[in-house]
Amino acid sequence: MTLVTDVAAAVCLLLGAFFSFSAGVGVVRFDNLLSRMHVVAKPQVLGLLLLLAGVALRLQDRGSATMLLLVAIFQLMTSPVAAYMVGRSGLRTRCVDPAVLEIEEDEFPAREAGR
Amino acid sequence: MMLAVGVVATTLLAVGALLAVVRIERGPTMLDRTVAFDVLTTALVGAIAVEAAISRRTESVPILVVLSLVGFIGSVTIARFAAVEPPKNGTAAQRSGPRPGAGAAGGAGPSAPGSVGFAGPNAGSGGSGVEPGPDPADVTGRKEES
Repeated sequence: MTLVTDVAAAVCLLLGAFFSFSAGVGVVRFDNLLSRMHVVAKPQVLGLLLLLAGVALRLQDRGSATMLLLVAIFQLMTSPVAAYMVGRSGLRTRCVDPAVLEIEEDEFPAREAGR
Repeated sequence: MMLAVGVVATTLLAVGALLAVVRIERGPTMLDRTVAFDVLTTALVGAIAVEAAISRRTESVPILVVLSLVGFIGSVTIARFAAVEPPKNGTAAQRSGPRPGAGAAGGAGPSAPGSVGFAGPNAGSGGSGVEPGPDPADVTGRKEES
């Protein structure tokens, strides 16, 4: 039983580390802000969730599993918010080339209407 | 077996963190650095998680909670208060439209057709062209909104 969970934990840890590594590669290789934001929001979170699952499988402890679940839920809640904030701020400070957007949801008139 | 897994996973995480550091150094704007810093923080969380998993240590788990909290607060704060940067040495490749200050002051037509929606309402909300740019109005507008 311990061997089975250890193998599962090892697979989770390796996959999670690989996704984290791919996030680093994407942050360097992608050429505009929104692509980098995407790579932070998606593969990074998946990698972290896999790592946390590996830790929970390895520790086999109820208290730390609860805390790891807390980290996972928190990450799932905050990562889209952070990515959204970065993207919105990139549009407003004109760090984003409008030519890379397929659909340009006109941000500034919407903001004026909401005022 | 667990030791080999730990070595491989830690190496992958370290290379990812190193690439994030490269982007922090290179990144043309503040937001690129914020994004890369997010990757760095998450790699740190992952490294501590790997350490906790390999050595079966329970007391490193609260560090993960604190680190994920702090990373989120940092990136959201920087993204919220990011202002329009003047185009210095490497930032010119990232932006396409005219300078926001020039668009508001001169009223000259923007060169790219895609940036019409960007510059148009800006000239109205930015007020007079005396200010160097619409960033104060931008920041206060964001404060009012929330």
